[in-house]
Formats: sequence, C-alpha cells, structure tokens
Amino acid sequence: MTNFSKMAYQSADDLMFGRAKVPVTCGYGLEVGTGMVLPEVNFTLPTMKVEHEQLPAILRQYDDMVSSILQRLVTLGMPGAMIEFEHAPQMTEELEIGTAITAKIRTLMQSFYEKHGLRTALRVTVCDIREKSRPPQMRSGEATEKMFEAFRLSAANGAHLLSIESTGGKEVSDRALMEADVQGLLLALGILAPRDSRFLWQKIVAIANEHKIIPAGDTACAFANTAMILADQRYIPNVLAAVVRAMSAVRTLVGNEVGAVGPTKDCGYEGPVIKAITGCPVSLEGKSAACAHFSHMGNIAMATCDLWSNESVQNVKLLSGHAPEVFTEILTYDCRLMNEALQAGQERALQNLFVSSDAYKSVHALVISPQASFEIAEAILSHQSDFDRTRAAGLQACQIIRDASATGKLPLPDRESAWLDQIEEVLQENADEGKVLEDGSAQFGELFLPKEYGL
Amino acid sequence: MQNYDELRECVIAGKKAQVAELVRKHLDEGKTAKDVMDNGLIPGMAIVGKKFQEGEFFIPEMLMAARSLNAGLEVLRPLLEASDVKPVAKVLMGTVKGDIHDIGKNLVAVMLRGGGFEVIDAGVDVPPDKFVELARENGADLIGLSALLTTTMPSMKDTIDAFQSQGYRENVKIMIGGAPITQEYADEIGADGFARNASYAVELAKKLLGVAA
Repeated sequence: MTNFSKMAYQSADDLMFGRAKVPVTCGYGLEVGTGMVLPEVNFTLPTMKVEHEQLPAILRQYDDMVSSILQRLVTLGMPGAMIEFEHAPQMTEELEIGTAITAKIRTLMQSFYEKHGLRTALRVTVCDIREKSRPPQMRSGEATEKMFEAFRLSAANGAHLLSIESTGGKEVSDRALMEADVQGLLLALGILAPRDSRFLWQKIVAIANEHKIIPAGDTACAFANTAMILADQRYIPNVLAAVVRAMSAVRTLVGNEVGAVGPTKDCGYEGPVIKAITGCPVSLEGKSAACAHFSHMGNIAMATCDLWSNESVQNVKLLSGHAPEVFTEILTYDCRLMNEALQAGQERALQNLFVSSDAYKSVHALVISPQASFEIAEAILSHQSDFDRTRAAGLQACQIIRDASATGKLPLPDRESAWLDQIEEVLQENADEGKVLEDGSAQFGELFLPKEYGL
Repeated sequence: MQNYDELRECVIAGKKAQVAELVRKHLDEGKTAKDVMDNGLIPGMAIVGKKFQEGEFFIPEMLMAARSLNAGLEVLRPLLEASDVKPVAKVLMGTVKGDIHDIGKNLVAVMLRGGGFEVIDAGVDVPPDKFVELARENGADLIGLSALLTTTMPSMKDTIDAFQSQGYRENVKIMIGGAPITQEYADEIGADGFARNASYAVELAKKLLGVAA
C-alpha cells in the first residue's frame, strides 16, 4: 500500500510524453516511459456473435487482426508496441472464449518476437460484468467470482498486464449525471467508487503478483467519458463533464495506491493526474482514436502520453488494409513524430503545440492539459481522504475553468457559466462525507447495496 | 379557454410543488382533469421538449420539468382513471442479451416519458424470450432495443426473430438504437425503425405508432 503524499514531479513542465519517473518493463522486453512513446493497439470483432459455436471463427478474426498489426509494426520499423485485448462482456462470462483469445494473441506475439525481435506486451482488460444485476453485486455473486476467475485465467494464459474499466459507483453516477446532481456525484465518485477500487485492485494486484505479471491500471471511462459523451450530445453541461473528469481521478488513483503500477488504461484521460502523482507511465488516446469515439482532446492528450492508443477499431476492410493494421500505421507515425522530437530535444516545442492547439477550444481539453492536471493532482494531495480529495479535485477544476474563462481565452457561454456557479456552490456546501452518504442513501438508496461497498 | 399560463410556466421551470398546487386550484375552479392535462401540463412539457431540441435546455432541466409534470399528473390520476384516459402508448425498453450498457436506453426512457409515453424498463442483458414475455404481459405497443457493442448487435436480430417465431410480431413495432447501429442494420434485421439518438427516439416512436407529434 502506497500512500501518495508527494507529487512525483516538481512542476507541470516536468510532465512530458515518453518519459515517466517510474517506467514499466513488461512482456517481451517492452519498456514504457523510458524516453520513447509506443503505440497501444486495440481492436474488436466485426458484427458477430460471441458464443462457443463461433469460437473457431472468432479465433480466425483475432489471428488475422493481430498478425496484420504485428506485421505492420515490423514493416514500419516500430521497435515495439502494447497490444490490448479488451474483453466484450461475453468474453469474460464465457471463460473459455476469453482465455482462448488471450492464448492465441500471446502465441502470435511470441512468434514475432522470436522471428523479428519485435518487443510487445499483452494487456488484457477484463470486462467488469458485476454491474449486470441491479442493484449491482460488487463484492459477491456469480458475476464477481467469474470476473476474478477471468483475471486468473488471463494471467495464466498469456497476459503480461492486467487492466479493467471498473464500474463501482456507476449505478449512482449515471443517474446523478443525468440529473446534474453534484451531491450524488460526490457519493458516486468520492465514496462508492474509491471503496470499490480498493477492493477490486487489491485482488487484481494479488493475482498479478502470483503470476509475476504487471497490475497495470484502471480508467474512469464509465464516469468521465460517459459524462463527456453526454455533454457532447448536449444532454448535460460541458462544465459538469469536465469537473467530473477531475473528480474521477481519485478513484483511479486508489488502484495505484494498492499496487497498480501503470501504464494506466488508454481511455482514462485522468491519466496525466495519475502520472503527476505516482510517476507511472500512462496510455492515452486522442485523434487516432476517432474510430472509436469523438473527443475534444485529439492533440492535447499526446502531451503527456507514454503509450498512444487508438482505443478500439472494428476489423473491417478499408482501402489500404483492415482497420486494425491501418490504425497501427497511424499510431506509428504519431509516435515517430513524438520520438523524433524527444531525440532532437524539440519535445517542449511539440508539447506546447499539442496543448495550445486544443486547450482553449473546450473545457474537456483544458482540464487535461499538463498544467491543469498538475494543479488537480496538487489539490488531491492536499487532502487525506478519498472524499475530500474528490471534492478538492472538482473545486480545482472549477477554478481552472473560471480562470481560463476570465482571461478570455476560453469561450464559456452564459449558460455553461451559470452551471459552473451551481456546481461549485454544491461542491463547497458538501464538505461533510457523512451527510453526503446519508442524503445520497436516501436519494439513490434503491440503486446501490451498501454492503457491496463495505458500508 | 382557461388560462393555464402560470401552470405551464411552472412545468417548464420544474416547480413541482407549485404545479401540484395549481392543478388542485384549477380542479377546484371546476376544470376537468382532461382539460388541465391537455391544455396545461402537456403543452408545458411540449415547450420543454422544444427547448431541449433547440439546445436551450439540458437533460437535468428536462427531468425537473418531467417531475413537475408527474406531480401534476399524480393529482389528476384518480380522475383520469375514472374517465378512462390512457397514456399515449406503452413502450418496452431494454438492452439486448449480452450487453450491459444502459445509459442510452435510460435517456430514451426519459425522453419518451417526457413525451407522454408509459415506459416499462426491462433492464440490461435481456434475453429475446423475456422481451416477448414482457411485451405480452404489459400490452406494449412499441419495443425499444439498445446495444452498444458490435458483438451484441446480433442479439437484436434474435429478439426480433423471437417476436416473429412466437407469433407476436404483428402486435408491436420495434425500434433499435445504439452507437454501432445504422439504418441499414435496422433494415437488414427487420426492425421498424432506427433512432440515431435519444431525442429522435420520441419522434420515431410517434411516427411508428401514428401518434400526432
């Protein structure tokens, strides 16, 4: 258990792509965070069923996707890459399917390592299937047992790193987001989610340690990316989503406190905050993940990344090849540029361009800049409890947005500005964790089971 | 015609207590429950829907308005039941088998309720037979199927096939939606419609059921 109380870096200027204070070496000699940005390639099946009868066809798909990805890396002279196999729910539920795919990918990676010296590592991201029942059983029940068994089987059958997009607190966060209920979000992100992260990651770390592999990291995708997409569709205020982004960093940090060492998961845009505090390498995604989802952080996400990801792409045919190999090429060129800058001592100039081209075009981008991430990280470390840290991160994000708007650089419509006032006010008013839990239990009580959070 | 301006404004502003109070006042003054609903509550909510469509309102504001609408309807409910006034239609919503993503489905449910539909939420990871069973039990007019993954899209077809094989397809309209879904896919699997987003789902539901917009 590491109780992070000091920043890993002296200033925001020290946060740089390709360099992490505490690098990770994994898989077939893959070094992450040692002065080079590497691609993280993720891919998914085209429209097809995931069931036992289909297993041969599924394995053929993965064989094609991974072989073509690895071949493209070799052809382009990329020395290494992270390969991510992210489970669809059925791949965690049907243990045999997830295990068979893991073993298949690992065999291909070994073959390319032996034949071409290609350094890769396999990140397996197990699906958090606990939220299937409502209210979800987060610590008991068949789904929980099956999920942990999927981690064990992944570790035993080829995973070099373990990750998850964990969902503890999501049942409350989803509704609180739709209602713009900031007190509810404090319950979800400041109380429930950190408790779940602690429970979950202690177990994942134990499994990883037993198999001598890497407990990599989590992502607040279920909270902050949900919020970002809702805001993008004009369902909720953008400022709320940006504040949620900052607040969600605390529950991800808990994973690192109990032993996750990075690289964090690609869709976790809170990664720079985690890097600032822990020094661990981070995986991020932006413009080259437009195949998977829209974002406002196409360039700025590159500013602090150690792995650069495409999030996920379907195995469909494009003019130049299948989508996974095409996106491998795109990521490779992005990485080449960053690595060239690092080699030439031009990394600061490139980073500044990544930041300035996005930061003031959207609040979503603003709060993940190196400077904002550093400030949010400092706000988090100025408190001890998960709840106080979550609240402090939210308030800091409000301040960052307000300051940027005051300078005139960030255009903030009146309507968004009014919401920012409301959000800040509720965060200020709700300093008492006990009261937030009590009020939240009354309001959201039917959505979550306290005992499943150790409450 | 009775002036319902204040009632409408209170619905729009999401003032739950005032809406209930004003509804009681109108009834005390001798107005019928149907008149209060048709000329006060529903037009107020229609303005909310328009404001949302035009980007003036977010979902939280719409939800507040929907709650105030419900507060008014609660007062009217015994009187409406006595006079046999029914909701616009019944919609059964669910995320298909294998898929556990539900925020999109929940958003559609919010929108539909705001549009006067009664929504039955079947939850997530719903097997095809369960959809048919719930549709029969509740007399649903429309089925809404949601999926976020390419690997769970085939469950939509399985669900439509289940309605067909169990002889209930003619009793319901089926609309589908979710990030990977397209109109082409809806056509391919025999769905009646594809909702590209939650806002459009209400329009589509009305169109499929022949309900006046």
